[in-house]
Amino acid sequence: MNGVAMHIANGIVNAQVSAIFAAIAAAALAICVWRGRADLDDRLAPMAGLVAAFIFAVQMLNFQVLPGVSGHLLGGTLAVVLVGPWVGALCVSTVLIIQCLLFADGGLTALGLNITNMAVVGTAAGYLLVAGLLRVLPKTPRGVAITAFVASVVSVVVASQAFVLEYALGGTTELNLTTIAGTMAAAHVLIGIGEGLIAAVTVATVARVRPDLVYALRRFRKTASPSPKPAVPAPAVGGAA
Amino acid sequence: MGAGHAHPLHLDHDSRVHRLPAEVKIVATLLFTIVVVITPREKFVAFAGYLLLLVGVLVVAKVPPGWLAKRATIELPFVLLAIALPFAGHGERVHWLGMSLSVDGLHGAWNIFAKGTLGVLASLLLAATTTARDLLLGLDRLRCPQVFTQIATFMLRYLDILADDARRMRVARLSRGYDPRFLWQVKAFAVGVGALFIRSYERGERVYLAMVARGYSGRLPRPEGTGATTADWVRSATLPIAAGVIALVAVLA
Repeated sequence: MNGVAMHIANGIVNAQVSAIFAAIAAAALAICVWRGRADLDDRLAPMAGLVAAFIFAVQMLNFQVLPGVSGHLLGGTLAVVLVGPWVGALCVSTVLIIQCLLFADGGLTALGLNITNMAVVGTAAGYLLVAGLLRVLPKTPRGVAITAFVASVVSVVVASQAFVLEYALGGTTELNLTTIAGTMAAAHVLIGIGEGLIAAVTVATVARVRPDLVYALRRFRKTASPSPKPAVPAPAVGGAA
Repeated sequence: MGAGHAHPLHLDHDSRVHRLPAEVKIVATLLFTIVVVITPREKFVAFAGYLLLLVGVLVVAKVPPGWLAKRATIELPFVLLAIALPFAGHGERVHWLGMSLSVDGLHGAWNIFAKGTLGVLASLLLAATTTARDLLLGLDRLRCPQVFTQIATFMLRYLDILADDARRMRVARLSRGYDPRFLWQVKAFAVGVGALFIRSYERGERVYLAMVARGYSGRLPRPEGTGATTADWVRSATLPIAAGVIALVAVLA
């Protein structure tokens, strides 16, 4: 883990705006915890952990955009497709919290900003697109892959613009905002394409081998679950630890 | 990579800081960082004071300064951004060594550099003295929603699985004489990513079902200790309180 990965650090955006976004992030996550608890069953719990670990690994891939501004993959759309919007947002924010506490990546006071951008805005944009596109596209591995690709590109760019908004509200130094917005958008289109390819390939493989694991396909399969491995036993009742 | 409890930034030895419960360390780091961030950027003395406080923690925690400095390079991208600011900033400009620099940009650069570095050093000290397992236990004791600790627990377990499986697949590919490293060979990488995901999931699923069969219900048992004592809280509070006093003195002076 020697990759130089970095989220927004302390001191980039001023304290008031950081506090506002910390409150927004906390409120959004509270909703996700409330809605996500119902989703988190025996199949989704290990999947959520794996998705989080995968996002963690993928975020280590960093692209130098300009000297000093680097972008990285976000992973929100992958999470949305595999574990749903609520648990997906929780996965991304778990990654961000652990990166902040154990890997000194991203400032503690900027955690609210980072969570808002990547876990809330990125995931929400990804979810809306996934939900919309899957209505039109075929519910096949190929359709899901295309969906994941398009949603990734858009959600990454949207998340990067959320940073521009935060910087406009509370940036500690005056810079030309249109330049930042343009640079961030251009860079994140490229990053989004990289991310989209990874998400599409992963989702397509999972949809082909274990379609039962793809959350986004669940509601299209209400009757007769065709999962090849339905053998998830009921949780042990009252097992002695 | 046998034990899944360590992480790359953990420094495995014993010290008074290592022995503190994780929850008090998390709270102390958070409060310290908040004090650093809200300090006005032109109070240069205060930032020197904060650095001295962190040096104090470093000495008590027996963390080698070189070890810390090497890992603090994670901050480099933002330092580069800071260096660019004096050239790109607006407003009043000063001339120094033939370069025209923006005053606001210089302040901004100092702001990012000082606050960023202090924050990274504080987080690194927390990471160096806390194992992943203790950190999760600490978050749990701080009433962090169980969904988070559950996802985080699995995530840290899966990280090792992913790394190990990725290594195995790489060795398998190399030993068959294929080493994709160019853009047009990206398909091999892509196929590998999908396969890695499924392989890791199925290994992890077996582990999870084994855990459920042994009575796991979303929370790992807390084997020892009852959490932080008042003495622990008082001891760790010295860092944020000292930082707060420095900030107050600097602002009032």
